[in-house]
Amino acid sequence: MLRYILRRLAWSVPTLLLVTFLVYLALRIGTDPVESYKRVNPRASRAKIQQYIDINGLDPNFVQGYFKWLKNFITGEWAPSIKGRREVWPALKDAMANTLRLGTAATVVGIFFGLIAGVLAALRPGGRRDVFINTSAFVGISIPPFISAILLQLLFAVYWQRWFGESLFPTSGVYPAGHSGFDLFLMLKFMALPTIIVAIQIIATYSRYMRSSLLDVMNSDYMRTARSKGISERRILIKHGMRNALIPVVTIAALDVGSIVGGLIITENIFAYPGMGLYFLKSFGDGDFPLLMPWMVVIVASILLFNLIADISYAWLDPRIRLE
Amino acid sequence: MAFRRFVSHKAAVVSCIIIGILALFVILAPFTARYGVNQSVQAPPNSFLSPRSNAWLGTDDIGRDLYSRLIYGVRVSLLIGLASALISVTLGALVGAVAGFRGGKFDDILMRVTDLFLAFPFLVTLLVVRNVLGGLPWLKPLTGEMNSVRFIIVLFSIFGWMGVARIVRGQVLSLKEREFVEAARAVGASRRYIIARHLLPNSVGPIMVALTFSVVGAIIGESTLAFFGYGPQAGDGATSLGILVGAAKGAVQTGFWWLAVFPCFMLIIIALSINFIGDALRDATDPRLDRGV
Amino acid sequence: MAEKVLEIRDLHVTFDTPSGPLEAVRGIDLDVEAGELLGVVGESGSGKSVSFLATMGLLPARARVTGSVLLAGEQLIGASAKQMRSVRGRLLSMIFQDPLSALNPVHRIGNQISEMLRSHQSLSSRDADKRAIELLDIVGIPQPSDRARQYPHEFSGGMRQRVVIAIAIANNPKVLIADEPTTALDVTVQAQILEVIERVQERFGTAVVLITHDLGVIARVADRVNVMYAGRNVEQGTIDNLFDHPSHPYTRGLLASLPRPGKQRLKPITGFPPNMVNPPKGCAFHPRCEFATDVCKSELPSLVSYGDLQTACIRAKELPKAVILT
Ligand SMILES: Nc1ncnc2c1ncn2[C@@H]1O[C@H](COP(=O)(O)OP(=O)(O)OP(=O)(O)O)[C@@H](O)[C@H]1O
Ligand code: SF4
Ligand SMILES: [Mg+2]
Repeated sequence: MLRYILRRLAWSVPTLLLVTFLVYLALRIGTDPVESYKRVNPRASRAKIQQYIDINGLDPNFVQGYFKWLKNFITGEWAPSIKGRREVWPALKDAMANTLRLGTAATVVGIFFGLIAGVLAALRPGGRRDVFINTSAFVGISIPPFISAILLQLLFAVYWQRWFGESLFPTSGVYPAGHSGFDLFLMLKFMALPTIIVAIQIIATYSRYMRSSLLDVMNSDYMRTARSKGISERRILIKHGMRNALIPVVTIAALDVGSIVGGLIITENIFAYPGMGLYFLKSFGDGDFPLLMPWMVVIVASILLFNLIADISYAWLDPRIRLE
Repeated sequence: MAFRRFVSHKAAVVSCIIIGILALFVILAPFTARYGVNQSVQAPPNSFLSPRSNAWLGTDDIGRDLYSRLIYGVRVSLLIGLASALISVTLGALVGAVAGFRGGKFDDILMRVTDLFLAFPFLVTLLVVRNVLGGLPWLKPLTGEMNSVRFIIVLFSIFGWMGVARIVRGQVLSLKEREFVEAARAVGASRRYIIARHLLPNSVGPIMVALTFSVVGAIIGESTLAFFGYGPQAGDGATSLGILVGAAKGAVQTGFWWLAVFPCFMLIIIALSINFIGDALRDATDPRLDRGV
Repeated sequence: MAEKVLEIRDLHVTFDTPSGPLEAVRGIDLDVEAGELLGVVGESGSGKSVSFLATMGLLPARARVTGSVLLAGEQLIGASAKQMRSVRGRLLSMIFQDPLSALNPVHRIGNQISEMLRSHQSLSSRDADKRAIELLDIVGIPQPSDRARQYPHEFSGGMRQRVVIAIAIANNPKVLIADEPTTALDVTVQAQILEVIERVQERFGTAVVLITHDLGVIARVADRVNVMYAGRNVEQGTIDNLFDHPSHPYTRGLLASLPRPGKQRLKPITGFPPNMVNPPKGCAFHPRCEFATDVCKSELPSLVSYGDLQTACIRAKELPKAVILT
């Protein structure tokens, strides 16, 4: 197992290099970092521009440039942002922490309720409860997150305040302006709405996965064997049904980080929540290459990491799978 | 049989009616819309009028009628959805069929590339690919200006084909295993003949389903882009659902609820209806359900 | 006659299907005596599995079941779910056709056996594990204590079927229903599994109901046979009587189609099994029966003692004696 993990980690290095090279290419072509720099800093001297090109590896030759960038990235010589010459790492670190907090909260809430809803639906397929859950989930995945964000914000933040004097959930940030220090209650209140919006998507998706997976399992021969043993329905469901039904769901969950991060980006933007999404949209809008590249590296690395987690959890849940 | 199953899906039938009515409204825009796209409802003061008799759904920041703008906006959005879905499904079906049938390197590369795209957060890929498309000067004749409707259609065609290609590839792989293709091959039929005669017709169900879902995908995608300010520009008196939804963002804090509620609900209704239709199509064409029971 | 452990009377099972109600079992009468091995034969779709799934209470909720099933005097039709749970696996066990999918892939073999033990007996988990290993030994699995820690995918098909048998007999049930336990296995393994079943029957005095298509298997191991056709039983009797002088035209046909040493050509029954949504009126066998007359098309025959067999054929008494084929 350990050897497998180490080998996979070793293998992820070339993948990471290849994908970051593709990202580098895409950003070079798509955002023209040098032009962006000149636009943001119109009075920059020739030497300044050359220095910017050198440290970011923006040579006319893409391959050479990439390796230059890579060397500086690894040795920790990161260029400051083009706007305001901010240091990149502290900004990235904060964004990561904030997103991790929102993402974890939403994922935990979402998967928990999603799995429960899926199980409830699968227990009596075709019943009224199943139709209700399944239809709600369908509606849930059909509504893009920014739409639910706008509508919920309008209702709970703006109109709630008009009707009841105080908004139920604030609409932006982690804390109110000027607040300092740690306040759990305040933080939860600020995070509630974005969490709900990301969680709705996750609940909708996972209740459908879980339902169909559990239905497959319920019709399998070993469930009939379990029933023929005369054990309780609950035990049949939990010991024999759930464990098997979770195998595909867990795998999908770990592979799904991309779409969860996608939902986070959109939601963060709407709530001005200072996480990875806001960071990305801001720096992408500015064409801020020094900010963008490390962000991309983090995203690619976490996708690879979750892929690995998917495979490991798959093998852990299913004894038929051997990690070689 | 398939048709009966489709009709028994009540939500889908209602959705068909809704989409039909919408399509009618949109096609007959010159008659159904009460004002032009950029026409003011009344002489100033006319901005941010709440819903009233001369502006059923209220007006926007510069006094234009939201109801009429919705009709014109949906028109553009449906066009984007249909055009990019058709292009991407055609492209995807071809690539998928070839990959499934030929296998080998081509297939491997296809799977890797689509994996990569699907693993990345959608919005990030969308924005980056958009900029790359716009940044390649030799693509200009094909894509047009970055803020044109044409550009958006090309963009979503590029995104849409991958999902379809994977579906068709899977379909082809499973069909390849079945006896009748074996039989055809034993008789000595050529590969191209086999694809044309057996494989594609058998994939029609899944392709139809993919088509409906890519229409929704493109419509929502356009709205997402516009919402973040990267959509098509209103320019020559045109608007789109995305532009209207994007404007909703600014209306939330100020409490002009109609600017947020109506475009959002329009988008929800369209997305839901088309999704229901796709879902019913999937059920109706699922061969597993053909055996009765 | 020995004591009857399982008495099925007038059992009916109906499924609601899109094309109308499907009566898969249309009035079965069947007795199982203590410790005997009863063979049940019939074509595919004749309702063998459905009858015994109904007995076990394992049919989906949309199946309508009526009639009477007495297990050691206890009525099972209409029994509460809790009552059925206490019967299943304790008094009545069932093993199924496909051993490859019958075991839960994510649990260890030993745990799957001890789960059966502990759900009906109060045993410590250590005792249950010990007993599970004994059971593996009884069904002929070498190195049972190592094997108990393995997962189903590490077993061959035949070995898995042995495990399934070990689970089924764990609580020493009165009746063991084996639904085509060897169909999915290859010939040499089939013989071994039949041996295991016979051994269990003799050693523990378990009555066994062996469902199969294979008359050869029945001839080898069964004491009595029950022949089913289109959801009804058409003939039953001891193995010797039935094989020596079958009375029902369907049974005759089955025996005539049996390959025997020295016999040149098989004579399969002509025609097709009936469509159960709309079975033929009267004796369901009449479209295929060479002795059918007009009465057969309107009257539904039921089992009547005829000589030493019980036969459901209106014309049984008038028919010429069966020619014993050798
Ligand atoms: N769950 C079900 N729903 C509807 N019809 C069913 C169901 N289970 C069985 N049937 C029908 O009941 C009839 C009897 O089936 P059954 O499985 O008992 O046959 P069998 O004698 O066991 O055949 P085989 O030898 O193939 O196992 C068949 O016509 C079958 O289609
Ligand atoms: S009742 Fe008539 S049709 Fe049925 S088996 Fe006897 S003779 Fe044949
Ligand atoms: Mg059967």
